[in-house]
Parts: sequence; structure tokens; C-alpha cells
Amino acid sequence: MTEVTITVNGAPQTHDVEDRTLLVHFLRDHAGLTGTHVGCDTTQCGACTVHLDGRAVKSCTVLAVAADGGAVTTIEGLAEGDTLSDLQQAFKDNHGLQCGFCTPGMVMAGTDLIRRYGGALDEETVREQLEGNICRCTGYTNIVKAVLDAAGKYRAKQQA
Amino acid sequence: MYMYDFTYRRPKTLDEAAALWGEFDSPSFVSGGHTLIPTMKNRLAAPDVLIDLRAIPELKGIRREGDRLLIGAATTHYETSTSDLVKDAIPALAALAGSIADPQVRYVGTMGGSVANNDPSADYPAAVLSLGADVVTSQRTIPAEQFFDGLFGTVLEEGEIILHFSFPIPDSAGYAKLCSQASRYPVAGSFVSRTGDTVRVAVTGAGNDGVFRWSAAEDALAREFAASALDGLLPEADDMIADLNGSGAYRAHLVGVVTRYAVENPGTAIVR
Repeated sequence: MTEVTITVNGAPQTHDVEDRTLLVHFLRDHAGLTGTHVGCDTTQCGACTVHLDGRAVKSCTVLAVAADGGAVTTIEGLAEGDTLSDLQQAFKDNHGLQCGFCTPGMVMAGTDLIRRYGGALDEETVREQLEGNICRCTGYTNIVKAVLDAAGKYRAKQQA
Repeated sequence: MYMYDFTYRRPKTLDEAAALWGEFDSPSFVSGGHTLIPTMKNRLAAPDVLIDLRAIPELKGIRREGDRLLIGAATTHYETSTSDLVKDAIPALAALAGSIADPQVRYVGTMGGSVANNDPSADYPAAVLSLGADVVTSQRTIPAEQFFDGLFGTVLEEGEIILHFSFPIPDSAGYAKLCSQASRYPVAGSFVSRTGDTVRVAVTGAGNDGVFRWSAAEDALAREFAASALDGLLPEADDMIADLNGSGAYRAHLVGVVTRYAVENPGTAIVR
């Protein structure tokens, strides 16, 4: 067992874990944050996407011990109080989810994407850059709309 | 999925890494782990210790030294794809890095990890072989021609660590690949580089012995650097991988197609 401390959504979380513990299990089983989902568990579907030190990663393929000392943001850390983040709100407004299983990963990947491109996104880029996230319900159309909607808000805020 | 139990260590020096290697029965080095961890989950690998190399300074950084570009082994695909130094010196290499897997994987996976693993469908081996990079390790400098040794094989010795890659800068280079619709690994990928009168074509994803140089195409392109110079040329179908993605003949045909794309589109990566 190794003592691992990760700052999760702004608060340090220290737990004794086996070295083989994946970051997603640290978050779900030790920190009790079950918004991050395990989908394929093979680095393909993106449901487990969280931000590690500001970058979207697949937490099913990162060891918790390797993230020791790092900072993680999960889906639970995006809203401010009762106010959803722009992308969370955009998923609601654009009906960007059906069953909702992929949604936490989509939102975390989308948030990283919008920031990486400074909000300057078009449909083709969004579709290409969400390659690492799989949705089996929506056909992606409304997910892409939601990301473009939030990217517009991001640009507007940058210019304000 | 839980892997078999193992110990994790993150040495800060090469000496410390070497010492750890000697302390365990079945050690493995790891950097991004985006191939190794899935392999361990499938229980196709069961090291008793993972020695994480990412904190060792010698494996970090991208720099230009004269007519060569040096990229540290622990450099992520994201860093390589967005580096101004790489984009300026070998834009096709930056584009190749930006075409690997997906954004989340590119933030974590590393060049050293990919090349050391030598997956027959990995992208980087084609660039390393075509560009004629030197693989600089904790023990020696290995020319690309001598480095790769069959499927998932390299000439790296037990405990030998790749520090960085030293790429000569070509006059021009291009990369093109057709990816499996499911895995997004290349079914055939071709990296074409040209320096003076020399053309080097390295093919990944297709050869049944892993990455290889297509010498007939190199000769034809050295005579005339145009896609039409490849008309009628194909590698031997019997030397290609035959699997559910396609027969040997299909892959041989694809090698011709992606090589033509790579010739016609220097400075970038064409992904289909």
C-alpha cells in the first residue's frame, strides 16, 4: 500500500491504495466521486475522462500512484454551486445526452477542447477532436452542437 | 479491471532506475503506460515492478542542435505535435504525433514508450526509420536501421533506457495512413522523407515483420520524386500482415496508396 495525495476538485484527498489502483478507482472507490464512469476500461471510450493537472486524460489508464501530488478535476468539480458550467448547461440546452453514461467524459473532454482551441472551433474540428469519446445514443449531433454553443460563450467571455 | 499486483517506483535519476531494475525479478519500465497498462489489464504482461521513467531529466525536452532535432523519450505526443521546434524542423513528424489515437491519449503517451514497444501498427517507428534517427540510450547510440527487430522487438538490452531520439532534418517529409475504423491504428502507414538525392520510405501497420523500408519505392522515387514514379510498384503480398482488417494483397495495395499520398503531401500527415 502507498499513501497517495491528490487534490480533487480543490480539496486534498489522501488514501492508502495498492500501487495497481487506477486513478478512476481512486476517484470512485476511495474519494467517493462516482460521476466519473468506467466504460470500456480499455482507453477507448473516454467515459472516465478527468482533468489531471489541467489536461483531459483517461483515468482508467493512469495509475493513482503516478498522479500522487497532482490536481484532478472531475465532473463534480465543474459547476459553481447550483450554476452549471457553460458546457454542462449547453449539453442540457442542446439535448446533448440521452442515457447520460458517456456525458461526464464528453463534458470533461469538451471543456479541455474548448480551452485548447481558445473557443475557435468548427463542427469538423469538434468531431475529430472528440474521437476519444464514444456515445452509443445520440449519434453525436447534439453533443457537437453543445460543444459549439459553449465554445461561442467562451469566445464571448474572452472578448468581453 | 484489476491488474496483477505490482510495485510502482518513480526514480529521479538513471542510476536509481538501473538499481531498481536489478532489485526485482521481472521489472518493466513505463512512461505514459498507454500500451503497457491495457496489456497488464489483459494479463498479457505481469511485471512485479513498474519503474516510471518520466521524472528523469535526461528523458525530457525538445531541442535543436545544429542540423539535428533531439526529442526526449518521455516527450508526449501532445508536446511533439505542438512544439514549434518540431513543426519548424520536421512538420510531418509533428503532424504524425498529432494523428496518434485521440487527444486524451496524446497528453500521456510518449515517443520513447511507443518506439521501445515497437507495435507493428504504431506510427512513430515509421518516422524513426524513414528519417534515419539515432536512438540514444543509457548505454549507446543505435542507428534506426539496427534498432527494430521484428514484431514488438528491438535490440534494447535488459535494463537499457532510451534517453532521446536524434533526428537528422530532411529537406522534406510526409506521412499518410489508413486507420482501422475500430482501433484507429494504421492498417497501412507510410513515412516518406527526402534529403538531397536520397529518399527513404518506411512502412508501418502492414509488414508481417513490423516496420520496414520499401526499397523498390525508394529507388523509384530517387529517380523521379513523384507519385507517378510508384506506378506498378507494390510490396510483396506474402510479406504483409493478413488479418481481419485485410488480406496481404489488400495491404500491399494500400501501401502503394498511402505512399503516393505521403509523396504528394509533404509537411503533413494524411489520415483516412
